[in-house]
Amino acid sequence: MSDTTQNGPMRAADGTPLKKSLARALRRQKLRALALIAPLLIFVLVTFIAPIADMLFRSVQNDIVADTLPRTVVALKDWDSTSGESPGEEVFSALAVDFQAAAEQKIHTKLGSRLNYENPGISSLFRKTGRGAEDIGDAFMDQFVDANAAWKDSETWAGLMGSDEWLAEQAEWVAAKAEGVKEPKFRLRDGIADALPRTSSTYATFARDTQSGTKSLVKTKPWPVFFVALAQDLATASPEVIASVSGDGAALLQEAAATAAGFEPFDYKAAFTDIDKGWDNVGNWITVQSYSARYTPGYFLNAVDLEKSPDGIQARPEQQQIYIKLFVRTMWMSMLITGCCLLLGYPVAWILANLRASTANVLMILVLLPFWTSLLVRTSAWKVLLQQQGVINDILVWLGLVDDGNRLVMINNQFGTIVAMTHILLPFMILPLYSVMKTVPPAYLRAAKSLGATPWTAFWRVYFPQSVPGIGAGSILCFILAIGYYITPELVGGTQGVFISNRIAFHISSSLNWGLAAALGTILLGAVLLLYYVYDKIVGIDNVKLG
Amino acid sequence: MKDTSTGGNAAFVEFEHVQKSYDGETLVVKDLNLSIAKGEFLTMLGPSGSGKTTCLMMLAGFETATHGEIKLDGRPINNIPPHKRGIGMVFQNYALFPHMTVAENLAFPLEVRNIGKSDREEKVKRALDMVQMGAFGGRRPAQLSGGQQQRIALARALVFEPELVLMDEPLGALDKQLREHMQFEITRLAHNLGITTVYVTHDQTEALTMSDNVAVFDDGRIQQLAPPDVLYEEPANSFVAQFIGENNTLLGTVKEIKGDVAVVQLDDGELIDCKPVNVSKPGERTRVSIRPERVEFNKARLQQGAHTLKAEVLEFIYMGDIFRTRLRVAGNEEFVVKTRNAPDQVRLQPGQEIEIGWLPQDCRALDA
Repeated sequence: MSDTTQNGPMRAADGTPLKKSLARALRRQKLRALALIAPLLIFVLVTFIAPIADMLFRSVQNDIVADTLPRTVVALKDWDSTSGESPGEEVFSALAVDFQAAAEQKIHTKLGSRLNYENPGISSLFRKTGRGAEDIGDAFMDQFVDANAAWKDSETWAGLMGSDEWLAEQAEWVAAKAEGVKEPKFRLRDGIADALPRTSSTYATFARDTQSGTKSLVKTKPWPVFFVALAQDLATASPEVIASVSGDGAALLQEAAATAAGFEPFDYKAAFTDIDKGWDNVGNWITVQSYSARYTPGYFLNAVDLEKSPDGIQARPEQQQIYIKLFVRTMWMSMLITGCCLLLGYPVAWILANLRASTANVLMILVLLPFWTSLLVRTSAWKVLLQQQGVINDILVWLGLVDDGNRLVMINNQFGTIVAMTHILLPFMILPLYSVMKTVPPAYLRAAKSLGATPWTAFWRVYFPQSVPGIGAGSILCFILAIGYYITPELVGGTQGVFISNRIAFHISSSLNWGLAAALGTILLGAVLLLYYVYDKIVGIDNVKLG
Repeated sequence: MKDTSTGGNAAFVEFEHVQKSYDGETLVVKDLNLSIAKGEFLTMLGPSGSGKTTCLMMLAGFETATHGEIKLDGRPINNIPPHKRGIGMVFQNYALFPHMTVAENLAFPLEVRNIGKSDREEKVKRALDMVQMGAFGGRRPAQLSGGQQQRIALARALVFEPELVLMDEPLGALDKQLREHMQFEITRLAHNLGITTVYVTHDQTEALTMSDNVAVFDDGRIQQLAPPDVLYEEPANSFVAQFIGENNTLLGTVKEIKGDVAVVQLDDGELIDCKPVNVSKPGERTRVSIRPERVEFNKARLQQGAHTLKAEVLEFIYMGDIFRTRLRVAGNEEFVVKTRNAPDQVRLQPGQEIEIGWLPQDCRALDA
């Protein structure tokens, strides 16, 4: 039977399609290959890829505002930031509850530092307010407690707000006193949310925050803001609605309604501006509103010297613009270092590739020697050599080439970084060049010369094009290593010779602005990938050979 | 040119007392004297390490002679760098530039000579047509078969019309059939173009079929320089006799020399007539050499009074066009006789006792 006369897919001897049969035969092989790489793959995924992805995710993550000030963020949605006036009472009442909750958990300072990245100075506002916010409503509390001391007790509040079933479960839990069993989850009394909307929602927040810890609702002091909310609720609710509230606290509530009738209305905004004038500042509110989304481009804008403003995205003030400059500096210095490595490394690789094996091996050890020396030692050696009282300056002065008072500044600037990094990265250029040159037979050069080419033409037209894959591999390697280099620029770069990676390290370990560090890192990664893509388009990645 | 008056025998390439040493201790080439006439196809043949490739490289300019002078067309070229010598060269593995197309490879020698574009294209096309590769100009060397690469390498060495072409085992990487075909083509091209060719090989068949003259190298010296037929039929010493073609050897001592016939007593006592080549006086040890196809066992074809030897048939091998019979002669069990597969040819059986003989001039008494 001839294959060409068959219709449909090719079939194996047993009639199954040949493709299927082949796939089955290869599956075992593929599975085995997968099993062999699985340990490393899992290791890399768990210890490297996942943490890096998480870290990079921080560059857009911005849960902290919405998590710390949930009510305020919702209330602030309707505020028109272009109006020129700080938000209204509704926002401030939400802020009071949020601040009460945040100060209880001591997370308001964290939010302060987060927003401080965007609006320097705002963190002190948050710190100060954290201390004062707990007292908002103290006056009302005192008045309620004066009327009836029961208002001071947390049981009173629990009895008023909690549903009957929950109160029964709670009583059971208290009686059992079982270790490690959490208090039953709080449930609001039926109808209370309609009767006392502000109070019940504030209490629900209080209950959630309290129960998320190990504290018991009946043992935690009521917040002063409860009394403000209660007074406002009582002032607006009709007597029938208040009468409809059931439970133990019903009588107390009726009594309180009478008491509260004489209260003056509470002004949240005044309370906050009393604590700190900053709350009347529109700029601060714009910051809070701008960064209230759970995901924000803010870190990225920051990383390219931009910022959000009511009029859209705009450049940061001139004296705050540093990142673009650093990115550009990192790029051109890395390119220069790669170029220096190529200029110095190419002849060395050529010699190595064309020497007898025994001599080449000895020289190769010299090339590899720096790998066996600590990076810090090598960098420090450059410090010794290059500094103003260093070896090179001393020799130049001794030779009379340089005046003693006029010693050359060769370190703690860009020159120092370029010299030290070229030295450190040189082996990464020589090795790929060498391994590629090793595969170019000397017969090509001879052939070119026998055809009449001068030694230079023979090199340039015949040998050089064949060493391009090595140049490509070495340059990519050097450039990518240089662009992310940290230790050497830190030690010998001074202020003019530092790279973007030094800034990333600063934000990771000193300023603790991890979101900005992640954004800078993501941009750096993106730039490298982009360059890689461009390189692939121009030179072709197939033209990269490591040996 | 001063040499034109003396005709085709004038030396175009000359080696004068050339010596070469790489390490300063041993000589790879020892006192080489060789002259090659214009238009001659000379093959340097020898085992590896015999110095033939070194000689070629010195001629091409990639090695410098330690001593002596190499002349090209009467001019000493010792101090001329390779790219100014104008010698075409075909390398062992072709050395086609992998990053250039076939046409670019061929245009390369023309480009470096600053030949105009139209002229260049014309010459490249002609050279490609010459090796029947006209359709392959746009390909890369890696897309060609070994034989095609070989043709391109040849065309590239010829495209700038050199007067001298060197070839360093150019057919070594090809299979047998292709090699035989290319042997013929290279010779044809060389003769048609009238270029002088120096060809290095270790394959004696190649040397015999292609060359006008063959220089047999061994131990850094030319052992014999002669046209192929002379080399085969009249080897000057036992190395050449052994190296070129198949050969039977018998050891013995010269009994007496009468004119151009020497009587040799073999080690088992029998006497044979030989042609004295490297022996001069009785008593000398000698190695007697006879080609397998010149051995005769049909008495009717032997001369009157010729000495004969007893032989026992050990093995008969049928090889199609010829029969190959292995004999035991005078204690030598590797004595081979080749006979043509003719209708009247006798097929000897193992164990048979026969008598063999030969013409005295076919049997050469060489150095021991």
